Formats: sequence, C-alpha cells, structure tokens
Amino acid sequence: MSAAPHQFLGRAREAVKSRSRAPLWALLFESIVRGITGVVLVALLYIVMTIVWHGAPRLDWEFISQAPRNAMMEGGVFPAIFGTVFVVLFMIVMALPLGVFGAVYMVEYAKGGTFSRITRAAVNNLAGVPSIVFGLFGLGFFILFIGKNLDHYAFDIPRNEAEAKVWEQRVAPQVKAARDEAVRLADEKSLHGGDRGAFIRDYVSGHAPVMHKKVFGQGAMFWAAATLAILVLPVIIVSTEEALRSVPRSMREAAYGLGATKWQVVSTVVLPQARTGILTGAILAVARGAGELAPILLVGVAFSMPGLPLTEPVNFGFFKMPVVNPFSEFMHLNYHIYTMATQQTNPELSRPIQFATTLVLLMITLAMNLGAILLRRHYSRK
Amino acid sequence: MADATARSPNEADSAPYYVELRRLNFFYGEKQAIYDVSLGVPKNRVLALIGPSGCGKSTLIKAVNRISELTPGTRTEGDILVGGESILAANVNTIELRQRVGMVFQKPNPFPKSIYENVAYGLRIHGVRDKATLDGVVEWALRHSALWDEVKDRLKASALDLSGGQQQRLCIARALAVQPDVLLMDEPCSALDPIATGKIEDLIQTLREDYTILIVTHNMQQAARVSDHTALMWMGKLIEHNRTEEVFTNPREKITEDYITGRSG
Amino acid sequence: MAARGLRESAEFRATSAALRARLRRPVSLFFRLKERVIEWFLLACGMLSAIAVALIFFFLFKEGIVALRMVPLSQFISTLSDVTKYDPVEDVTTVVGQQRDFIWQPVSETPKFSVVPLMWGSFGIALISAFISTLCGVGIGIYLSEIATRRTRDIIKPMLEVLVGIPTVVIGFFMLAVIAEPIRALASGGVFSWLHIPFYNRSLNMFVGALGVSFVIIPVIASLVDDALRAVPNDLRAASLAVGATRWQTTWRVTLPAAVSGVFAALILGFGRALGETMIVMMCAGNAPVIHLNPFEPVRTMTASIASEMGAAQYGGLHAHVLFLVGALLVTMTFLLNVVVEIVINKYRKRIRL
Repeated sequence: MSAAPHQFLGRAREAVKSRSRAPLWALLFESIVRGITGVVLVALLYIVMTIVWHGAPRLDWEFISQAPRNAMMEGGVFPAIFGTVFVVLFMIVMALPLGVFGAVYMVEYAKGGTFSRITRAAVNNLAGVPSIVFGLFGLGFFILFIGKNLDHYAFDIPRNEAEAKVWEQRVAPQVKAARDEAVRLADEKSLHGGDRGAFIRDYVSGHAPVMHKKVFGQGAMFWAAATLAILVLPVIIVSTEEALRSVPRSMREAAYGLGATKWQVVSTVVLPQARTGILTGAILAVARGAGELAPILLVGVAFSMPGLPLTEPVNFGFFKMPVVNPFSEFMHLNYHIYTMATQQTNPELSRPIQFATTLVLLMITLAMNLGAILLRRHYSRK
Repeated sequence: MADATARSPNEADSAPYYVELRRLNFFYGEKQAIYDVSLGVPKNRVLALIGPSGCGKSTLIKAVNRISELTPGTRTEGDILVGGESILAANVNTIELRQRVGMVFQKPNPFPKSIYENVAYGLRIHGVRDKATLDGVVEWALRHSALWDEVKDRLKASALDLSGGQQQRLCIARALAVQPDVLLMDEPCSALDPIATGKIEDLIQTLREDYTILIVTHNMQQAARVSDHTALMWMGKLIEHNRTEEVFTNPREKITEDYITGRSG
Repeated sequence: MAARGLRESAEFRATSAALRARLRRPVSLFFRLKERVIEWFLLACGMLSAIAVALIFFFLFKEGIVALRMVPLSQFISTLSDVTKYDPVEDVTTVVGQQRDFIWQPVSETPKFSVVPLMWGSFGIALISAFISTLCGVGIGIYLSEIATRRTRDIIKPMLEVLVGIPTVVIGFFMLAVIAEPIRALASGGVFSWLHIPFYNRSLNMFVGALGVSFVIIPVIASLVDDALRAVPNDLRAASLAVGATRWQTTWRVTLPAAVSGVFAALILGFGRALGETMIVMMCAGNAPVIHLNPFEPVRTMTASIASEMGAAQYGGLHAHVLFLVGALLVTMTFLLNVVVEIVINKYRKRIRL
C-alpha cells in the first residue's frame, strides 16, 4: 500500500471533525453512541457507589473478624470470608500449574496442527459452558463418581441400594451375635421391661458394625475448588498463551543456539519472561473464582456452620494446630449474600448486613481485577 | 580434518574443509530458499557470506547448527559436515551439535538476566554447577570477547543496561562459554554503530585464531576486512566462492562484479 | 592480546580441557528420557481442556439419560391431563375431555416435567437481554473503536473490565434490593403512570432479570465488537472518508458491514452467556415456572431450576436425573451456539485476510 490513503485519512478526518458542516443525523448518531456509553458507565458507577453507600456504615473490624450471631442478625461474616479465601486458594493451586503447562504445550510444543485446533475449540467451548453446568458436573463427576467410589473402596460404603443390601447381609451375623450377647448380658443382669429394651438397643448399636460416615462422597471444599479450577482453566490458558507468545523469538533462538533442550528453553528463558503475564492471568482467575456461586452451589457450600472447616489439631512437632479440612463443607460470601437476600422471611430486616457483605465481596474481587489491569498495563508498556 | 574430499567447483583453498556444505537445498514449505549450494571453510578461517537481502545467506548459516528447523515446515536436502561428520544424520543430537557450533544473531539478544548469568547460562544448561568453574569460564569468555574490562565491576548488573555493541559482545561471550569449535555470525553488526562495529571486527580477527567462523554480512568492506574467504549468494544460489582478495579484486562472475561495485543489489 | 594470553595460560588450559571433555560428552539417556517424560506430562495438561469438555458432556448425559428411562420423552414437552366436570347435584366428577399442559411441577404427587416453561423463561430473558445489550454493547464498541480518542479509550476499557469483574451475585443483589421495586413503582403508578405500562405488578420479573443479565453481557459484546471493528483495515475507512463520507456514513456503510460477521459472533456469544446466566435470574426473575406472554411476569429459567431445586432433590431420584437432563440440554445448546460462533469467526478471518 502506498502512503497516499493515509494522507487522505488525516485530511478527511479533519473535515469530518469540523462539526459545523456535519449533517444533523451524523451528529445524532454520535450523540446516541456517546450517550449509550455514558449511561452504561454511570450505571456501573451507580452500582458501586450504592453498595459502598449502604454497606460502609455496617462495615467494621468486628464484621470482618467475627462469626455471625443471633441467627445471622449480628456479628460478622468471618467464616464466609475464610471459606471464600480457602476455596479460591485450593482452586488456584490446582488450576495454575495445569493451565500454564497446558498452554506451554499448545504454544511451544504443538505448533499448529490438529491438536492445537481441537484444544483451541475445547478452550473456547469450556469458556462458554454455563456456570451452573460446572456445578452439575462437579456434583455428577467429583462427588457422585469419584467421591462415592473413593468412599466405597476406602471405607466400604455402599454406592447404591444393591450394594447396601449386600452390606447388610454381610454384617447380619455380627449384628445377630451382638444381639445374642446383649440378650445374654440382659439375662445375667436380670433386666426387665423398658430397661431391658434400652440396654439391648444400646449394646447392639455400640457393638454391631456401623457404616462409616461419608468422607469424600459429599459436598466439600476440595470438590468445590476442583470444580472452580475447571471453570477458570480457560482464563489461565488464554492469558498464559498470550504471555508466552509475547516472548520474542530471538530469546528462544539464543537459548537453542547454545544447545538448550526444549524444556530448558521453556523453563529457563520463556516462562521467566512470561511470568508477569501469567501472574495477571492467575489474579484474574482468582477474581473470577471468588465471584462465582452457581458452580459451587451444588458441591458443598453451606449457609451456616458451627465452626470453621478445620481438622483436629495436627502435631507439627514443635506445636499443635488445626489445619483447613478440605473435605468439609464451607461458608462462602456469595452464598451468604444470596441466602440473606432471598431465603429469609423478611430480607428487608437484614439489608444492612447484606450490603456490607456485598461490599466485602466487591472489594475483594475489584481489588484483584484492578491489580490485574494495572499489572497488564505495566508489562504491555515494557 | 582429513576426510574432506569433495570439492566445490569454485575451489578456494587447498586446506581441507572443517565445515562443509554438499549440494544443499533448503525449503520453507513449498518455497525453495537455497539451490544446490556446495561450499566449505577450513579450520581457523573466516568465511564471509555476502549478497543482497533475501538471497538465502542467513538461511544458509542457520542450517549449519540446525536452528532453521525451529521454523515449522522447513526441509533440508543434501549434506552438511562439521569436522568431517554429517550433522543432518538421524542420530545427531541437536543439543550436542549446537554446543559445538555457536551462533551470534543479527540483533543482540541477551537474556533479561545479569551479565554473569548470561555468560554462565550455556554452562548451566549443560550441567556445570560448581562456582569456581563458572567464575573462571565467565571471566575467560568475557576477556576473550574483549568485554571484561568494561563490565568486571558490575557482573551482577542487568545485561539490558549495556549498550548495543556491548550486548553483542556479551552474546559472543555467551556463545564462547560453551566451548564451540565453529562460530556462526548472522550480520552481527547490522544493528550497531560504526565504533561498536569496529570493536566486533577486531574481535573477529582475534577469534579466528581459535575458531572456524562463518559470518553473514551485507557490508562488503566488512567482508573484505575480516574474512579469508568470501562467498557471494544470489537468489538462493552460490555465485562465487574464493579467497577474499580474489573475489574483490578479480571477480570471475559478472554478477559478482556488478554487486561489489554497487551496480546491483 | 590479553585474551589470547589467558586462553593459553596453563591454568586455564587445564580447566578448559576438562570442561571441553565434559561438555562434549554425549547427551545421556536419562537426560533424553527426562525431556520425553516432561513432554508427555505437558501433553497431558494440554489435553485437559478437551478432556474436561468431554467429561462434562459424558457425566451430564450419563445422569440425565436415566431420567429418559423413567419418563417418556414426550412428557418433557407436555402432559395430557383429564378435564373434569363436577356435578353438584349428583355429587360426581366426570371426565369430559383431555387437555395438553406445559407444566413444570417436579415436587407434587404426580410430578410434571415439561421443560417448555423453563425454556420460555431462559429464551425470554436471553432475548430481552440480548436486545438491550446489543444496543448498548454495539454502541459502546463503535464509540471505543471509531470515536473515542486514545485517552478516553484508556479510561473506558478498564472500566468495562471492572464491570466484567463484578460478581453476578452482586449484580443480582443490586437489582433485587435497589432497582426492582422502584422500577415497578414507576411503571405502575406515580409520575410515570401516563406511560401506562400494563400488567406491571410484580417487582421481580422477566424484564428485571433480563436487565440484570444485560450488565454481564454488555461488556462482553462491547469489547468483542470493538475488536471486530478495529480489525477492519484503516485503508477501508480512509477510502470512504476520502470520498467525502462522514464518520457516520463510514461506520454505517463501510466499517460495520466489513466487520458484520465479527459483530454477529459477538451477539451470539452474548446470547449464549445470557442463556447460561444463573445467579441473576435466580435472584430477580421471580422464579416461577409459568408461561406468560407478559414480559413483566415472573419466570424461572433452566439454570435457575437446576440451581434452586437440586439442593432439595434426592440424589439418585427422578427429579435429580431430570435436572441433569435439563443441564445436558443447556450445555448442548450453548455448545451449538459456540460452534456457530467458531464458524462465523473463521469465515470472518478469511474475509479479512483477503
């Protein structure tokens, strides 16, 4: 192309910019487009400002650091913050390596070809899957398939009614033995009437084999994190790909030229240079994960819990402390807002708490999004 | 090396070749970039490849350490020998090859690491870990590329803070650190100012004592100053290959004459 | 020269010889194996997205198909029920005919699983919000790519990204707590009563849900339209402006047509997002699985059904399997929309290259 059209472009733009000669409908068109943009931005500001306005008065240290009291009407939302933080933490620990390594394979190893095409289509599709479908998948795959089977093989918990019958038949002799023993003991103590019945019942329930409690085959923080990890996988893959592609070819050539293997080139040259971009993707993924409720709705979120999802104190040698139990249910900010706003008889009463909880959630997610935006801007300038 | 028996038609020197190309053809997909090129360079000599841009000279030297393979869809036919051994054979490991055949690129491309780490990089990826060896080789490579005096007080500084000419010498040091026999230089001065260019040219003069060098250049004065032999490429074909002074004072081909006198290209 | 002196020094020659010998050692088998293992590991990670998509389809259909075995397919569309007539004199109820119902009533004595009301809700909300967000999204996209200066662009783009980052629960809550009731009051009375919007009785309805969903989709469409318009070569604009066309004419007659398939892809993608949105519609669309022609009546979408009923449904029961089937239907629809987008975009890329 010659330079001529661009010279025209400059002159033509000047001509168009001089409003006096612009026809009325051209002006109208521009005002409409500007107006729409303005309205949407004002609406955005209005959302944020309203939530800050109504939420800030209720927000204080107690609200952030305390558990809810008095049927959620007093106290704070600490358990919900705790659950949100640890779910996204587990999520990013799972999703980041998988997404980054997957993107590395796509960019550095499979250049073009069928593999890339299929993976690209899969990533696009995954990004378009409705979030509630991830929840269904989490329920169907992680809990009802993996969890149930783990429970079955580890703790002998039946997976279906047929297996439950088999289990009952298997323990029947032991139950019978316990009952016989109970009757014998009751005779020995010469118990009668109600005392006798109660003693036998207690003895049998204490000595007959009991079915293990479910460990994996129920909603849990770990499954919620795994579900979210699949949800944010496309976010991480796409931003990692972008970051890898932005590393100049000359860097790879320099390393190859010294006799580096592919993995050495990737691990010592490409990945270190792409780390800011990858970090941006990770932050966006965390923000996305913290902002989703539909996927975890079916896999272990709880409205109210007696305490934090912790294990019994674990001995670390020098000290003992409880750690987060990933196979426990958990509270979550999003769910807290949802239930407070829709599942109560009079949601108006707790509006201040709802606004304050929303403000906490908004601050967390917006801070991370802004961080990612600034980080990206910073490194795209470089 | 003894077994370099085949001779190109434009025989340049009586010494046996250390790096030798035999009837090399190179393709980018369907497009052929190099046609049937045979040439060579003896040990401890400098061969300059000249020619107009796009004539295939960069492609040619990138074939010698097989870095051209990184572009998908390329294909090489013919044979390339380094030290008498074919490097295109199936059992040749490119890692070992590229350690023996170092390369300096058109634009200085130091890693965004410290000066020290840039030079030590090649050793580290080849498994050298002890500090004493690394320190010794880094100093030696930097001295050998005439950069030591300028950077010895700031080895921990970022390589990106160096000037363009210093960066290019750092890239040479980086290549030397892995102890190659052959150095490929792809227009190493094209991005540099005349003073930096002069320093690199001086450096090449010293390096030829120890290395066999192939240098691509579009600057004919540079070719005349630094090289022992010169080969002129034209549209993927080898036009003339001879001792440098012969090529410049007494060209055999009309194209060569036109090119070096500036009537074409 | 000092450099040569160093190389020839005995001390260095000793290290150098050892070093060269060490560097010239052939690459060990272990080393090659390590590279291979790493490559296989990376390949496994790379295949993960494809595997995830396949697993999602497999497990949704696996759980959903059970429902098909329990209930005939036709019952998912409509059910026939008797129309009865009560005769108070004789005190008898007689069947006078049959009637086709589209009812979603999963927890009743005779559960009815017609997905038509849910699809009505889903598509109604998706269409309304697609309409709103097409207007706004395309407008913003045009503004960003054709009108805005670099500096305003640099401010507005991050703001849109912030909008994308707002959790959907927050938008749902905002609509529910702040917007829904005032809109109803405005529409059915007060100063705007002369507008006379009929039948606007419920504060939570299809329209409010769609409005909320629009907030999520507007930035998606806007940034995709912006990308599509910016991909149109500047020469084309220059040619139009150079013959004296105004900016409006250029955008309307030249730029938009050139980018039409990109814009179209953005709209389909936005529609797909609206179809899959869960929390907002659950919180502000009223959650009643009824078919009403009036867009100001409450509806329940497929997504909201799954989200709100699965908790109460017994795992392994019919209701749960039906909800999985609804999920399978949903993911199939969005998958098809994605395929359409893919095809459109590929065509568009080819056209731009020409």
